[in-house]
Amino acid sequence: MAPHDLRRPFKRAAISDQQKRRELSLLRQEQNRRDAQQQARCLASSILSLQSPVPESEPEQSDIELETAPEIEKESGTLSKDLDVPRASKLRGPEVRKWFARQLMLPEWMIDVPDRLSQDWYVYARPAGKRCFVVSSNGTTVSRQRNGSILHHFPSALPAGAKTRDSSGSGQSYCILDCIFHELDQTYYVIDMVCWNGYSLYDCTSEFRFFWLNSKIEESAYTGVVPYVKDGLLFYNKHAHYQTGNTPLVLVWKDENCSQYVIDTDSKGEIPSQQQVVLELQDNGKLVTSDDPPVLFGYLDGDIIQKSGLHSGNLLRFAVSDGGLSFVDGKLDKADLNYLGKANRGRAFADSYSKVVFQFTVRHSPLKIDDLLASINSPDDQEKKPCDVEMVG
Amino acid sequence: MSNCYVDPKYLSVPYQLLSMNIRAMEVTQVLLNAQSIDGAVRKNAEESLKQFQEQNLPAFLLSLSGELANEEKPVETRKLAGLILKNALDAKEQHRKYELVQRWLSLDANAKSQIKACVLKTLSSAVADARSTASQVIAKVAGIELPQKQWPELIGSLLSNIHQLRAHAKQATLETLGYLCEEVSPDIIDQDQVNKILTAVVQGMSASEGNTDVRLAATRALYNALGFAQANFSNDMERDYIMRVVCEATLSPEVRIRQAAFECLVSISSTYYEKLAPYIQDIFSITAKAVREDEEPVSLQAIEFWSSICDEEIDILEDYGGEFTGDSDIPCFYFIKQALPALVPMLLETLLKQEEDQDQDEGAWNIAMAGGTCLGLVARTVGDDIVPLVVPFIEENITKPDWRQREAATYAFGSILEGPSPEKLIPLVNVALNFMLSALTKDPNSHVKDTTAWTVGRIFEFLHGSAVDSPIITQANCQQIVTVLLQSMKDTPNVAEKACGALYFLAQGYEDVGPSSPLTPFFQEIVQSLLTVTHREDAGESRLRTAAYETLNEVVRCSTDETAPLVLQLVPVIMMELHNTLEGQKLSSDEREKQSELQGLLCGCLQVIIQKLGSSEPTKYVFMQYADQIMGLFLRVFACRSSTVHEEAMLAIGALAYATGPDFAKYMPDFYRYLEMGLQNFEEYQVCAVTVGVVGDISRALEEKIVPYCDGIMTQLLKNLSSNQLHRSVKPPIFSCFGDIALAVGEYFEKYLMWAMSALQRAAELSTHTAGDDELTEYTNSLRNGILEAYSGIFQGFKNSPKTQLLIPYAPHILQFLDGIYMEKDMDDVVMKTAIGVLGDLADTLGSHAGSLIQQSRSSKDFLNECLSSEDHMIKESAEWAKLAISRAISV
Repeated sequence: MAPHDLRRPFKRAAISDQQKRRELSLLRQEQNRRDAQQQARCLASSILSLQSPVPESEPEQSDIELETAPEIEKESGTLSKDLDVPRASKLRGPEVRKWFARQLMLPEWMIDVPDRLSQDWYVYARPAGKRCFVVSSNGTTVSRQRNGSILHHFPSALPAGAKTRDSSGSGQSYCILDCIFHELDQTYYVIDMVCWNGYSLYDCTSEFRFFWLNSKIEESAYTGVVPYVKDGLLFYNKHAHYQTGNTPLVLVWKDENCSQYVIDTDSKGEIPSQQQVVLELQDNGKLVTSDDPPVLFGYLDGDIIQKSGLHSGNLLRFAVSDGGLSFVDGKLDKADLNYLGKANRGRAFADSYSKVVFQFTVRHSPLKIDDLLASINSPDDQEKKPCDVEMVG
Repeated sequence: MSNCYVDPKYLSVPYQLLSMNIRAMEVTQVLLNAQSIDGAVRKNAEESLKQFQEQNLPAFLLSLSGELANEEKPVETRKLAGLILKNALDAKEQHRKYELVQRWLSLDANAKSQIKACVLKTLSSAVADARSTASQVIAKVAGIELPQKQWPELIGSLLSNIHQLRAHAKQATLETLGYLCEEVSPDIIDQDQVNKILTAVVQGMSASEGNTDVRLAATRALYNALGFAQANFSNDMERDYIMRVVCEATLSPEVRIRQAAFECLVSISSTYYEKLAPYIQDIFSITAKAVREDEEPVSLQAIEFWSSICDEEIDILEDYGGEFTGDSDIPCFYFIKQALPALVPMLLETLLKQEEDQDQDEGAWNIAMAGGTCLGLVARTVGDDIVPLVVPFIEENITKPDWRQREAATYAFGSILEGPSPEKLIPLVNVALNFMLSALTKDPNSHVKDTTAWTVGRIFEFLHGSAVDSPIITQANCQQIVTVLLQSMKDTPNVAEKACGALYFLAQGYEDVGPSSPLTPFFQEIVQSLLTVTHREDAGESRLRTAAYETLNEVVRCSTDETAPLVLQLVPVIMMELHNTLEGQKLSSDEREKQSELQGLLCGCLQVIIQKLGSSEPTKYVFMQYADQIMGLFLRVFACRSSTVHEEAMLAIGALAYATGPDFAKYMPDFYRYLEMGLQNFEEYQVCAVTVGVVGDISRALEEKIVPYCDGIMTQLLKNLSSNQLHRSVKPPIFSCFGDIALAVGEYFEKYLMWAMSALQRAAELSTHTAGDDELTEYTNSLRNGILEAYSGIFQGFKNSPKTQLLIPYAPHILQFLDGIYMEKDMDDVVMKTAIGVLGDLADTLGSHAGSLIQQSRSSKDFLNECLSSEDHMIKESAEWAKLAISRAISV
């Protein structure tokens, strides 16, 4: 039994750099593993939140039509912050369509001029075309329409948008852009950005998001003449976060000078003699808009419901009859509606209140460009200068 | 004279084998030959011994024990016979040890009892070496047999030996008891026998024992027996007695006894800290006298006693969590705080007893070094209180003409930098730093410069960084600091090494400084100087080259975006260095060893650079242009087959795979065989462990592109799991790796599902219960975590696949496992988080198929609720996920 060695480390740091390298590697691996797990799970939670609240009473609802009960909107809105696009984009079928359908921010229609229009709002000339999400991930790019269905599948120059050598495609890189597809020149016009290169902008105000837009994608100044067919003007409140569903912080306004589609057309492209609205049927025959909270337009006769085999949740088309809409203190008081039938299967949502009112006023006493200009005559026109952004890919 | 002979019946087999050269009478000759200076003779003898052992083990062991016991045989052959016998009973490697134990247990009982009789007999031999060897053999046999409740008469017969009159037999018996206590765990021996052993041992070491050898053997035996004395230390009278005898032994005229007695005190200080209060005053007097007057081996032990008390109190105070409300099993008695006024001056005195050139001698350990180390521990124990006791010593000595005084003062200052509060230290440092920087350049003595550079490094280590409120490094002195350190890096290797260390901590302090680092203006110069150091001819001394590369690594790790282009420029430089080491000139084995050390450092450096540049998109993009070449170099490094290099290169490749993503697939055809080699490296299990981690990296990078390699990888991993040669620490990561692979390849994992699941199930059954010490509990938890990560990966991988139903049969067992570990109540936070996540993954993937099973499990109720209300963010997050998934699974 020899004496025991009692030497202690002398003038040495407690940990060797080699050990540190090993530990840092382990930390990185743990983190990567956690991320991979988290991705797999997050996707699931977004999907789950869509499925779980569906009421049992409507099992055979068509697969692209959606529940629009307000609490669901809210839930998917909060969860979408953790959305996992790379995995979501791999999904097929109705689930993913439903999921994407809920991710777009939907403008309200401008029915009166907001305060501080020149200071707090951006304005764009909205291109005419289909509103969609453009999602790049895993070396491919997919565009999805408002109702979640796929529009195109293509390679793009967006990060992770094509299979190239430098796109690491580590699963974390992806982009989500809010776009309008302009049929004429087959171009996607970016109107908002939700995620850039894996970095979520959901939580950012639009002021910050548009900084990203400008710094990431070539900007062309608004000259009055735009290289596309205009479809109205879009107003973005600078302080608005990207929010799924209808929002009063993004407004759309149109007149005949800047849009071919001021008054809604029917499926044949003709303007019907009477304004048509799509409302959602709820329990007790309630007819409501897609707003959160929904606005009540009236009740559907129980006989019609029975006869036509309608369910709560169905989207129904109505004509606005001669009685029109009447307002008291700026609020809807009465609506004279005439039941036409079920809405087109491609519809995902009922009309919003602002849309119905805008369409109504357009037919009777429209909000004119002069009304807007009257409120934008502040000398500081730096901010109100309209501009638009074009995607280079 | 010996009545210990070999029964011929055991020799019948070798007798009949003509090829076997050993007969009973020839054993002696063979053992002599085995120690011959003639290599050929030696080899021949070793071969004969090996054959004998393989042909007839009982006869072989018997003839060895006979040789050991035979007083007529030469001492060398007796000793060697004993050693071979001992080695036939024990081995370092766990699996080999297990085999030997099993082999001994299955040996013929008659042969065993003859062997045991022979070695016991040898304890009375007149030849000291024979006795000592026999002691060790007896302890080894006891280590195997006593836990099996065999050889019950052993301790009784040893104790009866004690009462023999012959001193040498008494000494050998005490020595045997010491070894026995080292081999056997305390719970094997019943208290009655423990009492008898301790009585014999303590009596043997008391002053009344006239024979020095007996007293020394008893004192050394007590050192090992202390672990058995729990009950006796709880008894005031017995404890007083033991302590009195130990303290008396520290005053023995024999230096070896004094040293052994202090060793006992050191051991008591950690094992029975809470019992020391009544003795601490006396122990202080004894140790102080020993530190000041005794010979170095004794005074070193005396200092170690106080270092060990510091260790205890630091641990206890850490458990208190800084506030005195926390819980520790053992209360703090603040011995150090009480002894402080006397202890600190005693330690300061030791600092002046330096040896010349101790800094050039890697193995040096002397009283000045031990005293300074203890002073550092005291500072950590008491904090601010030490400062006023040390400052006068520093002030008095730091400018003295005698280098010993300057060095001691500097060393004292450096030693107290960890422990006291920054508020207390920073005013001192602000005065001292300038002085130190000037000493570093101007002091004529290398030893002083070495300690000064070390002290500057300690200043940066503990008082520089974002956590410290008032910075000691400012715009005004930053330039000077860098200049002085770079200058010192040209000094002698030991000083330069400390200067590198100081630079390491200087960089580390700016780790999270934000977008702009004060080191940015000097970055290029620092890197250049470090590279110059690595090329110094004498960089092999004082581990200077290693320190320079380690510092370079830290400088890179802590660099900001501003210097990213410079880090990028470093890539081809380090690649070229690595390339140069691979240019194949013929090297001696010594040169080759140095070469692979350098390769290891370079691979380590590249690993750090890859991880740094890979963590941000723009730099990753530019860096990737080097990926092909770097990978080519790593492959050549692997071909050199050195384990350290293998490990470093493997870690670097993990970082590279992470940065490269799916494109890493192009390297797989060439890389795969080295990956497999790494997984097969059981001997250097660190290499194996690191490789397992890299398989995870590659799975995540390649995703389904890893499929072509999965057969090979999974086969090897399953093999590793079932091997008892592989270090157990590698097994949990292997399970986690299953999860990584399953998540990457999805339903393709079906192929391995049955094998993986059965391995997981077996491990899960083993790891539900932990019954054991802390270390075992920790291991069990890491095993659980690995198993659970595997389940998570498999469930998530199979999700949305038509093959999900393949997992259904495993669900009951997995839920049972979750319930089991929940009920054990000893899982750590990591396991808790992973476990509740698995519950969610199971519900998510199996949905309604598992709904009722989940509802029946405890995990889905109590465990889930406990996790939902956890304060740990990650546990809560996983629990919420599980709740969501379960609510869906059971609602459908």
